[in-house]
Amino acid sequence: MSWLALLRPGDWLVVAGAAALVGVSIPHFWQGGLADRAIVRQEGRVFAEVDLKARHRISVPGPLGDTLIAVEPGRARVVSDPGPRQYCVRQGWLMRPGEIAICAPNRVSLQIAGRTRVYDSISY
Amino acid sequence: MTRSATELAVTADDRRVAWLATAAVGLSLVDAAIPTPLPGVKPGLANIVTLVVLARHGWAAAVWVSVLRVLAGSLLLGHFLGPGFFLSLTGTALSLATLGLARLLPGRWFGPVSLSVFAAFAHIGGQLLLARAWLIPHDGVFLLAPLFGAAALVFGTLNGLIAAKLLADLPSAHHADA
Repeated sequence: MSWLALLRPGDWLVVAGAAALVGVSIPHFWQGGLADRAIVRQEGRVFAEVDLKARHRISVPGPLGDTLIAVEPGRARVVSDPGPRQYCVRQGWLMRPGEIAICAPNRVSLQIAGRTRVYDSISY
Repeated sequence: MTRSATELAVTADDRRVAWLATAAVGLSLVDAAIPTPLPGVKPGLANIVTLVVLARHGWAAAVWVSVLRVLAGSLLLGHFLGPGFFLSLTGTALSLATLGLARLLPGRWFGPVSLSVFAAFAHIGGQLLLARAWLIPHDGVFLLAPLFGAAALVFGTLNGLIAAKLLADLPSAHHADA
């Protein structure tokens, strides 16, 4: 007896409906989903807010020197920073909403934002 | 032999529920032994027993078998009254309630596979809500929802197929013996 014969007509409907539900849930729950802006802050104030659609290079002056930020479609990174430990540079490309690279010594941060605001644990 | 002070009349139904619950507990142990990449994603093999019991012996028997399975299974696995126990209890309660409604669907069109998929989604939904409300009070848990949903779809369908196969292989004459 074939396994497919065990499925009744409504079963196909239910399985298809459930698959559709899972499909819809992906953009719903994984939103912020699309990263669409990069927010650059200096001393806590917004220095630049760029769309993640085109390429940009942003140079942000801080107390130690200039932090260089690169923006590409869908992602952004800190290219260079005068800070001693280079944590923000080594974080590499940021692409999910809510991700943030903080160059603390130079007081610069780069954050990715999506359609909806996503908090991370720092907010608590 | 001394007679016991309390006499419990054990009916054939009680014995049948006990046997079926034993089978379900056995399958929960198998379930627990299967390694999974993500906590919370389990095949839920014991639900096959629930589905068969529901079809053959009705909803009340299915409730008995499931509740006994959760209790005995958690005692054997050592998480009785732990978070895992409450997650399992919530999931089971919600899936039983869903099964209670879903079994009213016309049987010609909706077979064990439909019931199984409904139950799987109710199960994982209940667990996610309890996890959100109690264990991880942060919306971050819902990031896992699509993965859990996909697991519910796959395992719900597979368990439903296995239950359908068992039901097809065991014609209802089986119910006469107990």
